[in-house]
Amino acid sequence: MDKKLVSFIVAGDPNPEATLKFMKALSKHSDIIELGIPFSDPMADGETIQMADIRALNNGMKVSKVFDIIREFRKYSSTPIVVMTYYNPVFNMGLERFLKELKESGGNGLIVVDLPVEDSEEYLSHCKKYGIDTIFLAAPNTSEDRIKKIDNASSMFIYLVSLYGTTGVRGEVSNLAIDFLKRTKKLCKNPVYVGFGISKKEHAKRFIENGADGVVVGSAYVKIIEEYGDSEETIKKLEEKARKLKEGILEGSK
Amino acid sequence: MEMRFGKYGGQYVPEVLIPSLKELEKAYKEYKDDPEFKEELDYYLKNYAGRETPLYFAENLTKKIGGAKIYLKREDLLLGGAHKINNSIGQALLAKKMGKTRLIAETGAGEHGLSSAMVGALFKMKTRIYMGAIDVERQKLNVYKMKLHGAEVYPVESGSKTLKDAINEALRDWVETFEDTYYLIGSVVGPYPYPSIVRDFQSVIGKEAKKQILDIEGKLPECIVACVGGGSNSIGIFNEFKNDKEVKLIGVEAAGEGLDTEKHAAALLKGKEGILHGMLSYFLQDEDGQIRPTHSISAGLDYPGVGPEHAYLKDMGAVEYAGITDEEALNAFLELSKTEGIIPALESSHALAHAMKIAKEMDSDEIIIVNLSGRGDKDLDTVMNYVKF
Ligand SMILES: Cc1ncc(COP(=O)(O)O)c(C=O)c1O
Repeated sequence: MDKKLVSFIVAGDPNPEATLKFMKALSKHSDIIELGIPFSDPMADGETIQMADIRALNNGMKVSKVFDIIREFRKYSSTPIVVMTYYNPVFNMGLERFLKELKESGGNGLIVVDLPVEDSEEYLSHCKKYGIDTIFLAAPNTSEDRIKKIDNASSMFIYLVSLYGTTGVRGEVSNLAIDFLKRTKKLCKNPVYVGFGISKKEHAKRFIENGADGVVVGSAYVKIIEEYGDSEETIKKLEEKARKLKEGILEGSK
Repeated sequence: MEMRFGKYGGQYVPEVLIPSLKELEKAYKEYKDDPEFKEELDYYLKNYAGRETPLYFAENLTKKIGGAKIYLKREDLLLGGAHKINNSIGQALLAKKMGKTRLIAETGAGEHGLSSAMVGALFKMKTRIYMGAIDVERQKLNVYKMKLHGAEVYPVESGSKTLKDAINEALRDWVETFEDTYYLIGSVVGPYPYPSIVRDFQSVIGKEAKKQILDIEGKLPECIVACVGGGSNSIGIFNEFKNDKEVKLIGVEAAGEGLDTEKHAAALLKGKEGILHGMLSYFLQDEDGQIRPTHSISAGLDYPGVGPEHAYLKDMGAVEYAGITDEEALNAFLELSKTEGIIPALESSHALAHAMKIAKEMDSDEIIIVNLSGRGDKDLDTVMNYVKF
């Protein structure tokens, strides 16, 4: 199976129209677009994504506008879209209404960062009912037992957090991450994607060489948006970044 | 120990924190009833912190108001000047048993930061306190004290730069450092098992108060009043009276500039159900589920949420919740300072203000206990802005 590139940006950073343009640019080389719903208290995120959330919220981003962006994007592209969020915005809207709107707008999957697999029974049955795929995260300290539960609860892929920490660009791929990847691959029936700290072609290549089915990249794109804002320059640089990462993935797949 | 209080509580955290919470749960279950652990805890509570605290009959205040007898549970007399030390000693001892060498804690007013810095010094643990940059500015004296004890104070620049953001930042630290680091949460908030652990360590307040009032008055009080920020001093005094149906329990939230304004911190009275900091509880939030900025004259009550057990107690009708404005709290602060020669914390002044309101309507043979959770020295800068001599 082809190895995947998942490209993450924050919806509404710095505004919804820009997000749509960025998604189109990224989708040229990405297999999945992951859209973050900005949250006032993003406790699993490092500074780069925290600032993106603030930029989006300060510019009036709303959950309903995330669905608008997806709907608009669907007019141009069939690239799958996964939404990543903290639980409160979903809980606040009501799980069923959220899922219904996500589905109707053309969304495909959902990641809720702070929903543990133990508490996901109702969540899973609703996701199934509305045809939304589920993705759960696993960390290097997750026990084998839990990894199996996470695998069972996930329907699109398992999202491996490659390090102990928050989101953000890091230097090198650690051996801890590679060991964890190999260990998890053996346990899971779902494809295993690796994320957190991946920013370069070489990172992507290394994980793919070691058995990852995909890589998730976020902060590296968000940093470009932070620097160049709503501009042609950003679009060019995002596309270039995605192209390079995809190259790394292809090289790693050989 | 309960993962949930009714539907509230739970463990809504990123996966990487689950093993740390399980490790904590296991350790706490192992030690909480361990005689040696309890003996050590009692030793430090007595000889280091200064327990037991008096239950003081505020006779002058009672006479002036005319109504129910007002007793004060004097947590303000503890080392550091607040109830926070009860919990900090307990959790730091637990951290040591778990083999952790570093403490992290969040703080708003600086009281929990201070008590954590104190136990960090006492138990020789490296300590870092996360504090919103705005609070660092507002509470200079406590920041200085924490540094005297050798703690590092880390100003948090993200979000609203107050208590909730300090919790976010402490959690981000813990995600990276859990192997050697213990996260010492300061109130009955956060993911399970924190709300239960903090309640247990604070319930010494109510245990003493019950014994004391029975010794002095030969009966239980009609009413117990405590302020609610995250909810630890209130749960701490309520817990022992939970099954005494004749005792009315009242939690007082910060109504700031008024409950009908946007500027308050009354999560139970004005918030709705939500999920933050690992727990399902009541939160002040906008129509999109974004957590709202809060306001209170007292930094210790300036938090958009509340512990999950309070959410449950409210739904069950087991505790009544009321709001006290900045102005009412300030007046109570001045009143107690003048009539009794006791300067209460602005947080505790909320409880006191409510007690003064209801005492008037009660008979002179009825009793109210106010949990005087802290002393007001830390608040003098704030009060000086309002009252000049
Ligand atoms: C003296 C005092 N009382 C009350 C509080 C509020 O916290 P809790 O509701 O957990 O008792 C604080 C918090 O800083 C405090 O310093």
